[in-house]
Amino acid sequence: MNADFTAEELQFEIEVREFLQNDFPAEYREKVDAGIRLSKDELVHWQKILYKKGWAASNWPVEHGGTGWSATQKHIFATEMGLIGAPEPVPFGMKMVAPVLMAYGSDEQKQRFLPDILQSNVWWCQGYSEPNSGSDLASLKTSAVRDGDEYVVNGSKTWNTYGQYADWIFCLVRTDTSVKKQEGISFMLIDMKTPGITLKPIVLLDGHAEVNEVFFDEVRVPANNLIGEENKGWTYAKVLLTHERTNISGVPRGKRRLAALKRLAGNTDDGFGGTMLENSAFKTKLAQVDIELQALEYSELRTLAALSVGKAPGPESSILKIVGTELAQEMDELFVDLAGYNCLPFVPEQFEDGFQGEAVGPGSSAAAALSYFNNRKLSIFGGSNEIQRNIISKAVLGL
Amino acid sequence: MDFSNTEEQQMLQESVQKFVYKSYDFDTRKQIIASEKGFSQENWDLFAELGWLTVPFKEDDGGFGGSAVDLAVMMEEFGKAMLVEPFIATAVLAGGVISEQGSAEQKAELLPKIMEGSLQLACAYAEQGSRFNLANIKTSAVIEGDTVILNGSKTAVLNGSNAEILLVAARESGATTDSEGISVFMVDASSAGVSIQSFANVDGKKSAEINLTDVSVPVAQRLGASGSALQALQDGVDRATLAVSAEAVGAMESLLHKTVEYSKTRKQFGTAIGTFQALQHRMADMFIECQLARSIVIMAAMKLDGGESALEKTKSVSAAKSRIGRAIQKVGQEAIQIHGGIGMTEELDVGHLFKSVTAAEIMFGNTDYHTQRFASL
Repeated sequence: MNADFTAEELQFEIEVREFLQNDFPAEYREKVDAGIRLSKDELVHWQKILYKKGWAASNWPVEHGGTGWSATQKHIFATEMGLIGAPEPVPFGMKMVAPVLMAYGSDEQKQRFLPDILQSNVWWCQGYSEPNSGSDLASLKTSAVRDGDEYVVNGSKTWNTYGQYADWIFCLVRTDTSVKKQEGISFMLIDMKTPGITLKPIVLLDGHAEVNEVFFDEVRVPANNLIGEENKGWTYAKVLLTHERTNISGVPRGKRRLAALKRLAGNTDDGFGGTMLENSAFKTKLAQVDIELQALEYSELRTLAALSVGKAPGPESSILKIVGTELAQEMDELFVDLAGYNCLPFVPEQFEDGFQGEAVGPGSSAAAALSYFNNRKLSIFGGSNEIQRNIISKAVLGL
Repeated sequence: MDFSNTEEQQMLQESVQKFVYKSYDFDTRKQIIASEKGFSQENWDLFAELGWLTVPFKEDDGGFGGSAVDLAVMMEEFGKAMLVEPFIATAVLAGGVISEQGSAEQKAELLPKIMEGSLQLACAYAEQGSRFNLANIKTSAVIEGDTVILNGSKTAVLNGSNAEILLVAARESGATTDSEGISVFMVDASSAGVSIQSFANVDGKKSAEINLTDVSVPVAQRLGASGSALQALQDGVDRATLAVSAEAVGAMESLLHKTVEYSKTRKQFGTAIGTFQALQHRMADMFIECQLARSIVIMAAMKLDGGESALEKTKSVSAAKSRIGRAIQKVGQEAIQIHGGIGMTEELDVGHLFKSVTAAEIMFGNTDYHTQRFASL
């Protein structure tokens, strides 16, 4: 038993690290470190840099312009990206709709959509959840009724991340109401410019509108935008959800944040002449997070080792999702702890790109509470942690 | 032994409940927060008229009696509705410091104005680097004849932008964390050299960062004797800590109630999510947290009102703040989780209650600080 990389893998690690050091723009790195969001243009620019390097699609096969990397190489790449704070490519195109297109799309659909996803020419968003269909996704009601060469779509989708940037949306729609709920769902691609689509931003607790509700009112969608067969959408969606649940442990990002916490604690006065790094209560909590992160990392490596000998991702991904998200939330609590009074001001606009006003509080300390609030979403989205525990209960424990 | 409210406390409670029901729904609160002052002057006048502003004050000061239990009863109702009016900043904290530290003349001049609602105050004690240690004060007070020159920066000054008078804690002598040498000066907020950066906190309450550059104040504006203000500051902050703890008990009560109600109506997988045992147990735990939080706040309030030693009183406040801090994390986080995505939105009150209790956890010292303070006393 060993957890070592091979010589080639080590070489690859160096190559990735050097590329990121040189090519991830320094100004983006500074923004990420200061807790400022990158704009749409900046994210796209970064993805195009990755594309030029040939590394935009780490999870795609070579035939479609992907890297064709092994599970370990993907892991190394994700780790280095996370350590430096470089954002992963926006997942909706690259990691969500693309695998579905590759597996179930027609040749015409693949040619039409995949190159633009690879080159970051088109921004995708997700149309899954509905106001009354969250954890119980299969109960979704947005309907698509066939009318000649088109479908007519009516209904609404919610928790649509960055829909305001999107050119296209992939949706689960109901095409048959007479059968079991999972069997009447279809997978459909819709141009966001189609008449009848409106977007309503949803402001979250951190004051930022990163999600939307999307309304469909008599939206006419060409029938050739349907993926695969009608009423088979649930099967396709499950493939997509598996992809959503890999890489979710966030270990690299966790390591980066842990290092930031230690640095910050060393620079934060405890009020009694020392620093927070010397405060016994804080030190203990920091150590607990550190230890948990190591346990999580090795859990991920064990999953990775199984993947690299060809095993399919199983319910282990549920462990990574639960522990990874809860650990990220604990780190937010530690950032809030350190910030003390400095995280109380609610001035979310100072962390938006291009803010010109007078900042409140030292450094990014006022972002700590905003991040704490926002990251409560981690245990809710991508299959809530309750759903993940259900999966473990049923699929692993046989309960 | 009797833990029921007295007739007077019941009347006070009902009077706040009536006000909240009539004039403080969630949308009204939003409008108040968005207004320039960030609180409603109309409400403040009404608080004065109803006598609520006298509740924190002793009878000797012309107040209602200054009972901590009375105060807690009231704050709990405030907390349920997330009131943003600067009751704690002006009446409990600043009023408390003046009552403890002010001369008879100073009290006679200021306290009636607080109680009749015509004076807004803020207590500027915290600084960058002081964290929650009240004795950690770098702001300097240099006496030159009849005047004192103040230099320094203050942080987290609740109601700092609306206060006409700032109570500024400054050091006349001693090293940064010495308990001796700290004085409190009444500084007109419009004085030359005072600059105020105003903002709302995550709980909607107005706060400010304040810089003092060569601010000149008559020495007569000092509360009490030179360098002797730390005890009064501590007592004032302890009372404010109890008040914010009681407020959090009310807010947690609302969080629990709203979560339970939501779980009865939200349907997934063909049934109300409240029928899932996994969630039932977690709501039962939220209930337990709310009960323990209430118990320890009552304990601290009773000790503040009773004949215990000053040390016992202070210790009980830290015990309360420490315990409610744990409850806040649990109840707040579970309320959001059980609501799911909708709990994450600005639109619903649950998220705002979560933000309010989170602010309460930090205000006047967070859980770790009060746990360690309890252990060290």
